[in-house]
Amino acid sequence: MIFGRSERGKSPVEPVTLKILVAGGFGVGKTTLVGAVSEIRPLRTEELLTEAGRPVDDISGVEGKHTTTVAMDFGRITLREDLVLYLFGTPGQERFWFMWDELSEGALGAVVLVDTRRLEDCFAAVDYFERRSIPFVVAVNCFEGAARYPAESVRQALDLDGDVPVLLCDARDREPVKEVLVGLVRHAMAYAAHHRQAVPG
Amino acid sequence: MSADGQGRKHWFDDEAGPVVRPYAMTRGRTTSAAQHRLDLIAVVVAEPGTGDPESDPTLSPEHVEIVGLCRDAPQSVAELAAELDLPIGVVRVLVGDLVHAELVHVNRPVPPAELPDESILRDVINGLRAL
Repeated sequence: MIFGRSERGKSPVEPVTLKILVAGGFGVGKTTLVGAVSEIRPLRTEELLTEAGRPVDDISGVEGKHTTTVAMDFGRITLREDLVLYLFGTPGQERFWFMWDELSEGALGAVVLVDTRRLEDCFAAVDYFERRSIPFVVAVNCFEGAARYPAESVRQALDLDGDVPVLLCDARDREPVKEVLVGLVRHAMAYAAHHRQAVPG
Repeated sequence: MSADGQGRKHWFDDEAGPVVRPYAMTRGRTTSAAQHRLDLIAVVVAEPGTGDPESDPTLSPEHVEIVGLCRDAPQSVAELAAELDLPIGVVRVLVGDLVHAELVHVNRPVPPAELPDESILRDVINGLRAL
């Protein structure tokens, strides 16, 4: 049961749905972050891909042509009966970026989760959202044993625009993750307002 | 590869892949006539007052299961895929069939840029704070 069983004879509430993406390198804690705020244990969706989309077909034997499974974990937050927010962990590998295009279409925004010990793992995600003008925040997952850096150092290291929020969090804890999501939605609102001004009419 | 040096390898159980190839359920179709590409958060809603889908010989058990789940409550495409343990592309085709058969309808998500005002985003912030 997903949105609550409708009473007999009453038509079910058809909720407005929104989505936020959670991006970042492999093992940075994307699914952990989703699980910290989701009302359900993160679910997994999969898509089967063939290698047919490769630019050059490999003709050396059909047995080399196989399908790959791209998995995405997602969670759900029912904010109101008629308002549901989904969080999608994006597939980490760069070759699955076409899946990101589909995921990011119509997304409220994105959280780029960062491990300061492997900062370079998030460069691709930051690039991606910058180029497509998708509002995003950077959340530094403060792993135990990793050196703590002030948010400003992370901003400089990533060469972020001044208005992109950088937040420190522990992806396992609900409260800091909530703050990251609130920060993202506020940023998305400011971003939209700014763009409305920039494009008259 | 077998470690025992027998040369020939055999696939057993999961290694052999799914017994029913997922797109066999869609009869090989990867798109549906009735549907544009459905967003993962598009919501599938059962049409009220339709008959028993199980009595429809053109529907597969997976079709029937989707209708059943959506009758309990509206379901997102992502949730249906997770619940049925099927690839998203397969679920899109099956949902398209059901739209065509007028057993369900689909509510497409409103892109945030097209939201009428900011009040929904404020509701999101307040809802998150209240968690």
